[in-house]
Amino acid sequence: MSFLERLRAGLRRTTDQLVGRFDRLDADPATRVGVGPAAATASLDTLDTLEEILIEADIGVSASRRLLDRVRDHTGDADLRSVVKHELRRLLEAPIPAPVRGGCPRVVLVVGVNGTGKTTTVGRLARLLALSGQQPVICAADTFRAAAVEQLQVWARRAEADFVRARPGADPAAVVFDAISAGKARGRDVVLVDTAGRVHTRTNLMSELDKIRRVAGRAVDGAPHETLLVLDATVGQNGLAQAQAFLEAVGVTGVVLTKLDGTAKGGIAVAITAELGVPIRYVGVGEQLDDLVPFSAAEYVEALFEPAW
Amino acid sequence: MFASLTERLQTVFAAVRRETRLTPESVETALREIRLALLEADVNFKVVKAFIDRVRDRAVHRAVLESLTPAQQVVAIVRDELLTLLGDGPAGLTASRQRPQVVLLLGLQGAGKTTTTVKLARWLTGQGRHPLVVSTDVRRPAAIEQLGMLADEGGIRVHDPARDAAVVTRAAGAVEMARSMGFDVVLVDTAGRLHIDDDLMGELEALKTAVQPSDLLYVADAMTGQDAIKSAGEFNRRLGISGVVLTKMDGDARGGAALSVVSVVGVPVSFVGDGERLDDLQPFYADRLVSRMLGMGDVLSLVEKAEQVVSREDATRLEQKICGNDFTLQDMRDQLETVKRMGPIDRLVELIPGMGQMASRMPGEVDPHALVQTMAIIDSMTRRERVRYQVLDGSRRRRIARGSGTTVQDVNRMVKQFVEMRRMLKTVGAASRSRKKKGGRRRGIPMRPGVPVT
Ligand SMILES: Nc1nc2c(ncn2[C@@H]2O[C@H](COP(=O)(O)OP(=O)(O)OP(=O)(O)O)[C@@H](O)[C@H]2O)c(=O)[nH]1
Ligand SMILES: Nc1nc2c(ncn2[C@@H]2O[C@H](COP(=O)(O)OP(=O)(O)O)[C@@H](O)[C@H]2O)c(=O)[nH]1
Ligand SMILES: [Mg+2]
Ligand SMILES: [Mg+2]
Repeated sequence: MSFLERLRAGLRRTTDQLVGRFDRLDADPATRVGVGPAAATASLDTLDTLEEILIEADIGVSASRRLLDRVRDHTGDADLRSVVKHELRRLLEAPIPAPVRGGCPRVVLVVGVNGTGKTTTVGRLARLLALSGQQPVICAADTFRAAAVEQLQVWARRAEADFVRARPGADPAAVVFDAISAGKARGRDVVLVDTAGRVHTRTNLMSELDKIRRVAGRAVDGAPHETLLVLDATVGQNGLAQAQAFLEAVGVTGVVLTKLDGTAKGGIAVAITAELGVPIRYVGVGEQLDDLVPFSAAEYVEALFEPAW
Repeated sequence: MFASLTERLQTVFAAVRRETRLTPESVETALREIRLALLEADVNFKVVKAFIDRVRDRAVHRAVLESLTPAQQVVAIVRDELLTLLGDGPAGLTASRQRPQVVLLLGLQGAGKTTTTVKLARWLTGQGRHPLVVSTDVRRPAAIEQLGMLADEGGIRVHDPARDAAVVTRAAGAVEMARSMGFDVVLVDTAGRLHIDDDLMGELEALKTAVQPSDLLYVADAMTGQDAIKSAGEFNRRLGISGVVLTKMDGDARGGAALSVVSVVGVPVSFVGDGERLDDLQPFYADRLVSRMLGMGDVLSLVEKAEQVVSREDATRLEQKICGNDFTLQDMRDQLETVKRMGPIDRLVELIPGMGQMASRMPGEVDPHALVQTMAIIDSMTRRERVRYQVLDGSRRRRIARGSGTTVQDVNRMVKQFVEMRRMLKTVGAASRSRKKKGGRRRGIPMRPGVPVT
């Protein structure tokens, strides 16, 4: 299965209902939109239904309104489906920040609230890197949660990556320093850092992350070169608050959206990209080693609205 | 970022209150805002629709429109309907004579099942029960170790047959062990799974048939969005849910998922998880959640939390102060000292009436630094100033600023916040007095036995 197929297979279940409703809308001649002669025919009812569809996908009221406004103001005369797709794609197109220059190994920090899929993502990222010919070191900086280190060790074995751990309760920043030193000594390309889940409102835990950043920066130039926020696709509007808090505290450079193989659509990530300018980088579509896919806005939107499965 | 449900409803109701009479139109305006707020709080849009209809039906009723204080009545209706929807789940398991009583914990990946299993075991121990826990999560790496380590930490017995990797026999073995060793309740942790994963849902059905649980607890993440009704609905359809545990309430999620889950599953929330530590499990009180949602602050929880740290006399004194409206700067300093001892401030601050809003209006987050600064300012005051803030004129404020190493602006801001807080406390105090008189839902401020309520 190609990545796109995998993503689509994962998204298929999530979109059945969405597509069904869309088809009904599309079949209705009154739903053609645009500022041309057709604009007047986009009825309020249609837009209400559309808003509901977007809200049900967790895109949220304000991002939905933004999208609907753009749909309403769309110039030209296209069918509703392609206009919505087009505008959704535009909302999702945030430039991926240029890779931070700096020393080797590159450091990727993986952060997020509890239970979103950080550890699994680190294992799968190691696999993706290995497939592209890079040699990752996995660093177990979750020294808090019970058996978090053991869990990650299993993933490191699966991904055949180096593994650096510390004793439970150790200072996470110290483990990160050790892992980077080990990476340097062994000439590895990337250090992937798994961190403990934390609720973004706990200021002391957020400053712990900041400390990790500072220590990493001292160990290698420009580190962390990337900071990925892992979001669970089932998350609702709180996802935006999470993104904002992690962005402020540790400068998130990208989002990983996990659990897209369920029925949740992860729409809040659209709002995150649209409002905070943080791009989605990867999506998780299952619990296996290969179930992490680089994100593509075009494919995501296509897969969401593709009618024939 | 959108306004919190609290802030939004406060704005709505402040607007509604300004009108002397409610018209059908003004009711609609309020309803639109309430709809928005509920959606932003992640209540499922279908649930919101039904809710709005119920509120409208009652709100446009003649008696409401023509009453003297129609706005207050709309507030009351919203609060009432939320309470009705949420219900009050009795914290605990179903009363079952089954021995051992078997409990399954179910839910999506990462919801908090494993942690909740041990939290619940500890809670049951506190109730005089003898729980045994077992993991049937043979899929997630180190999930069995995770439960084992948590149980050790919490002093809870675990059944963990090293070589047994079969879900049903692990659980059945635990029931057997409980029977022979006299444990009266077995808590079965299960692997997280998607509700649409037919094979794994079938595995749960088999597990249910094998161990005949009296309780099937659905563990739901408070941060869940619109999907909550689908996942909870499907778990309920296939297995029949008997109770709900809402986790991660220590964050700032509005918890609208609770409404969604409860309305689809048809049973109330029984417990709330509000932290990663094993004692962070609380009984669910609908009125507390609703009060919090409506921005009334949660004095009750605060009083209970405080009780764990301060003596009972202190707690009673605080309660009397709040009800009697003679809260002074000295009291505030004492409270801050207590808060400092109680742990991370950001988690407590929103429990204090008015503070939640203040916190959000302060630039950045509530940092411990601000707490220390506030205490330093109060420390530089004379006794008289601490008891009567009204005497704080310009020259006194300048002296205090010098003494505490702050600026006059800092002092002004602090005093302003104090006055605001006092005003909020006055409202809450009045409310709790009238609740007591009327013998409301929760009989005034619930305290542990032995603590005088009046
Ligand atoms: N279905 C599905 N499950 C996933 C996906 N990603 C992770 N999971 C599961 O979600 C659960 C939590 O994943 P973890 O990787 O442990 O999450 P975490 O963020 O490290 O959790 P904490 O460290 O406890 O905060 C596990 O059961 C994973 O198997 C995904 O893309 N799809
Ligand atoms: N902040 C917070 N974290 C929690 C709570 N309950 C569980 N967790 C955390 O959420 C993550 C997933 O919990 P776990 O019990 O492993 O979930 P499971 O996959 O459903 O068994 C872990 O990091 C827990 O420490 C809670 O009430 N608050
Ligand atoms: Mg983890
Ligand atoms: Mg678990």
